[in-house]
Parts: sequence; structure tokens; C-alpha cells
Amino acid sequence: MSKTSIDRRGLLKGAAAVAGAAVGSGVITGFPTIWAQNIKNVTLRQFGTGVSNLNDIATRCKADTGITIAMTAMDTDAAAIRAITQPDSYDVADIEYFTVKKVFPTGRLQPLDVKKITYYDQIVPLFKDGKVTPTATVGQGTAPCRVSYTEGPDSKKFAPAPTEWMTLIPTIYNADTLGIRPDLVGKPITHWKELVDPAFKGKAAIINIPGIGIMDAAMTIESLGMMKYGDKGNMTKPEIDKTISFLIEQKKAGQFRAFWKSFEESVDLMASGEVVIQSMWSPAVTAVRSKGIPCTFQPLAEGYRGWGGGLGIARHLTGLERDAAYEYINWYLSGWTGAYLNRQGYYSAVLTTAQKYMTPNEWGYWMEGKAATAPIVSPQGQQIAKIGDKRDGGSYYDRIGHIACWNSVMDNDRYLIQKWNEFSVA
Amino acid sequence: MSTTVETAAAKPAARARRPRADGTSVSAWLLALPLTLVLGVFLVIPIIMLIVVSFLDYNSVQILWSFVLDNYGEALTSAVTWETFAVTIKYAVITWAITLVLGFWLSYFLAFEVRGTTWQMALFLLCSVPFLTSNIIRTISWIPALGRNGIVNTVLLHFHLIHQPLTFLLYSQFAIILAFVHLNTLFMVTPIFNSMMRIDRALIEAARDNGAGFWQTIFNVILPLSKTGIGIGTIFVITLVMGDFVSVSIMGGGQSASVGIMIQNEMSQLQYPAAAANAVILLAIVLIMVFLILRVVDIRKEL
Repeated sequence: MSKTSIDRRGLLKGAAAVAGAAVGSGVITGFPTIWAQNIKNVTLRQFGTGVSNLNDIATRCKADTGITIAMTAMDTDAAAIRAITQPDSYDVADIEYFTVKKVFPTGRLQPLDVKKITYYDQIVPLFKDGKVTPTATVGQGTAPCRVSYTEGPDSKKFAPAPTEWMTLIPTIYNADTLGIRPDLVGKPITHWKELVDPAFKGKAAIINIPGIGIMDAAMTIESLGMMKYGDKGNMTKPEIDKTISFLIEQKKAGQFRAFWKSFEESVDLMASGEVVIQSMWSPAVTAVRSKGIPCTFQPLAEGYRGWGGGLGIARHLTGLERDAAYEYINWYLSGWTGAYLNRQGYYSAVLTTAQKYMTPNEWGYWMEGKAATAPIVSPQGQQIAKIGDKRDGGSYYDRIGHIACWNSVMDNDRYLIQKWNEFSVA
Repeated sequence: MSTTVETAAAKPAARARRPRADGTSVSAWLLALPLTLVLGVFLVIPIIMLIVVSFLDYNSVQILWSFVLDNYGEALTSAVTWETFAVTIKYAVITWAITLVLGFWLSYFLAFEVRGTTWQMALFLLCSVPFLTSNIIRTISWIPALGRNGIVNTVLLHFHLIHQPLTFLLYSQFAIILAFVHLNTLFMVTPIFNSMMRIDRALIEAARDNGAGFWQTIFNVILPLSKTGIGIGTIFVITLVMGDFVSVSIMGGGQSASVGIMIQNEMSQLQYPAAAANAVILLAIVLIMVFLILRVVDIRKEL
């Protein structure tokens, strides 16, 4: 055998090297980027709120990457409890930023290395420095940019400026406001103070989750001109006292028909006509519309209450499962899921990839606030807007650019809960 | 021959049945063992855990293993706790009063007016069939009936009996009490019916022979003899209403509080020791109420 000819062993070695290089560089397919055969056996257990724990996403993930995602949906409070008290029961946590403020210091999640996130550069600046546009102001409260970064791979503290380690990779966010029944209110609604307008006595509702309900109340109080808060997202005890006594007054006067805790309750209250103006979430507005009942997510002069959520990885994850988790997150930001969430009225953290999966009509309606050129359909197939309709609130910049405060965890959290209980008993 | 075999066989059994020095036998202990285990594991141990946790300290995310009395201090000195207990006890008393009246007369009808045991059993089963459905579903089904655009309002408006929909029907104290009565009347009917069936009919005949009218018979014969049933029913109703948080939440539209809801709120904020302290206080109060009821009626007569 001459030295210049290639024998079988050499050929195999060479072929393996080339194949390895090709797979590693993602030349063969976009996904999966790690060895496909191993991934098919990986199941990642995810939990989170019903907002994003959707079966459609898990099905598509399995088809695109081979990873099985086992999803469990629960309400916001239960999700926070699960994250902290059952750290071995999940691999991926799909939680909101105000929850991560409580969860991350307990060390249950491991920081994510941004160098491994393919689309990191295309994540909107809202999650990095907190500004939608370079000249915008950061909203009050637990804005995502304040709890997005941590100091290092073993740190449990939040970093004040972007670093290479994130607590959560952002995936979804929105600007919330009041929902109304335009056919029953009888007049245009332009300010938060209309929630306590005597014309709607017995026909208003507010959300019964203390951390969020107090924000809606604060927006209403500032709108009435009764008080100016230092930071609505971190109230002082006197501010909390004043807010709660205002709420108790309104409750005793019979302003509120009911309070709701889960989004199905809010849908029923609005759809049955029991209330005509209430705190609401975007999918609830869509659900009421899908029943053929008019409902508007009303943009208000004082601005919106923002919230955002992302994916975090459990501390105990190592090796193949951790690689699979990064793979899942990269797939999540690659466009299909972003488009799916956009079509429900949320926004995806990476907009450039989501745009590729949306038609120009959909992009125009959901993102640019333009009139629809064809009927707009929800991901479940029901029509929610006709030709010529415009999205409530307008374009992305109109809505996200006007977030006055974010869902928050305050320093005086325990005091807030006590006072909220007083409000419940009153 | 057969007698010796029998006596031989009888001896080991007799040994087991022969009482020991303290008056019990081994087989008696063994027979009591399964229930003891079940009660011990599922009742006693959880209650002990509850009491232990109520003395622990906590911060905003976890329970700290150190013993403090703060939880009880905060719970007992806070006006909110007392108001909530007052509201819950109010619901319990009103529900008890209404279910007592309804339960007594329903049982009276079933026990004395309905002829034939078959009919009695059939009607009694008819009363209990709804309990095969979940409590929550039965509570929620009141909402489309009582709402602003619900069945009751639609009918009343249609017949021009009212001009505006009645809003007090739902998401109000009326709705809460209505749901409680709906769910708990059967718990009154059953024990009272049981007691009434045991009343010797001869006593009623004797009362009539002595010239007692309808109401005199009720107050002097039937009511005293049904006391045990009323006592058992009261215990059921009171314990169920004191601990409830689902019906109050759904029918009150989140606007009313109860001790159960207060505990649920604390748990959702991860304040487990505070919730445990409130739970222990609730348990103590309900046990006191039950003890007082048992002083008035003698339950053992029914057993």
C-alpha cells in the first residue's frame, strides 16, 4: 500500500471530519444544530401561564427540532410558587419578569449565556436598555431591563447594565389597558379615570391579583389627579394606604360588579354584559371578539401597563438537556412562534424573524396599525377583524412606546398583601 | 369425638377472646388498627405538621426554620382577621338557620306525610342525586340564572314585573347565602330524616289522644326527639361553611371575604406559616363550636 493512496480507515476519518464540520456549522439544515439522534430522546418540562404554554407551539417544536416539550399551564401566582418550591419538577420556566424578580435571587434558575443565543442581537432594545426608541423613557416598576441581566454564571444578583448573562431570554410582552364594550358604554373612553365613572356604577370590574390590580388602581388615581406617585411600581406605605382606601371607597359605593382572577372569568363578565369596562388582557379581548361580541382594548391617554415574559433554565440542567434547552430557545426566537404570538395580539421579542412568517396584511394590521386589507384571523381560525379595521391602539410604537408602568414586585410587597386583604373584606 | 374437636378448636379462639388484664383483647386491637392507621396518617400527622409550620418564620420566598410567635401575633392583632372571621361566622349562622328550617320541614314531609317506605326512599334519593355532580359546577350554574341578562331577570322583565334588571341577585351576599343553602340543605335533611324515622309512631298517637294540636305535637314530641339529628346536621353545615372559599369567591364575584379566601391569598403569596396560623385558629374556633353543640345534644344516641 503506497503512502499517497487513502485506505478505508483514512477515508472514514476524513468523511467523519467533514460531516462533523458540516453539522456544526448548520449547513445541512437550519435546525437542529446539535446531533439529531440524541435530541429525539430529550423531553423538556416547561411550566408557565396559559398565555404562552400552548400546545401548538410544542407540536411545531417537535416537528422542527425533534425536542419534546411537556407543557403545564397555571396562573401567575401558582407559577411563582412552583418556580421556587419545586425546582426539580421543571427544566424550562416560562415566567414573567416581575416573577423572576422574586425567583432569581433564590438561585433556582441558571443564567443564560447570551453568546449561545443565535438571535441575541436582534432582540428588541426594550429588554436590554429599556428603551423602545433611543429617546424613549424607561417605564416605572419592574421593567424587564432592570431584571434581565446578572453579573456572572453563578451570580444571584441583578446587574444594572447589560452583561453577557441573562436571567430570562425574552419571548413575549404586551401593553395592557382597560377593555370596554363599545356598544354598551355609550360614550368615548379616553382616560383611566373612566373606570370609576359613576355612569358605570355596578358595571366595572378590576383584576383581583394584588400586584397587578394595584397598578390599574394607581393609573386611575393619577388620571383623576388625586395623587402623583414617585414610582407606581414601587410604592411607599402611605401611597399604598391611600390607594387601598380609594379602592375601598369605590367598592362600598358599589362601583365594582365583580373582581376576576383568571382570564376566563374576565371573558365571561364582558361577554355576558355584566360589566362594560374592566381591567383586561389581550387574549380575553380576542376571545370576546371571537364570540361575535364587540370588545375594544381601549388605548388611554395616560398610557399602558406593560408586562413581559421569557424563558429561563433550571439550575439543575446540565449536558445534553441544557444544550437542548438552548436549542429550544433559539428555535423559539427563530420566527414561527413569534408570528404565532403576534397574531394573538402579543409581541415577539425578536421581530425581524417573526415578520418572515407573517403576511404583509397581518404585519400591517398587528404591527404597523394599518387598516386590514383582508380579514384578520386568530391562530385558532376565528375571524377577529374585517377589511378596513385597525388594531386598537395602533402601531407597535404607539403602544409599547407609551408604557407608563410595568407589572411589579414592590419592596413593600408583604404590606401590600395585608392591605389588599383589607380591601377584600371591606 | 366431635365435642373434643370442637372444644379443642374453641380453646385457641377462646384464648384470643379472653379479655386481658385491662379489659381488651388482642383481636379488638387488631380490628381497630386499620382505621387508626388511616386517621393517623391522613388526619393526625397533617394537623401536627400544620401546627409546626404555623410557628415558623418566613421571608418573601422561603420558609425559615426558626420558631417564632409572630404569625399568631400578627393574625390575632390584625383587625382584618377579626372582621373576616366575623363575616364567615355570620354566613355560617344565617346558612344554619335557613337550612334548619328547610331541612326540618323537608324531613317532616318525608318522614310523616309520605306513605310507604318505597316512596320515602325514592324521594330521598331524588334529593341526593344532584350531589353526584361537582359542587363547583352546581355553584357556577347559578351565574347564568341570576346575572343581569340571566334567566330570572329576563323572565321578570318580560312580564313587566320590574323595569331594570335586579343586580342584587348575583355577586352579592344574597347570592352567597343562596349558594350555601343550595349546597348544604341536604346535610340537614339526612340526619333529621334519620332521627325522625326512629321516632316511635305510637308517641304521636299518644299525643293526639291526649288532645295535642299540630303545633303542640311538633314542639313537645317531634322536635325534642329530632334534636340529635339537628345537632349532627348543624355540625356538618357549620364546618362546611366556615371552611369554604370556593362558593364565596364565585358567588361574591371576589368582593366578599371568608377565612378560606384569606388563607388562600396568603398561600398564593408563599406566606405559608401565616396561612398555617390562620388555619389553626380556624380549626380551634370550629372545634369550640362543635364542642358546644355536643354539650347540647347527645350524639351517641344515634350511633
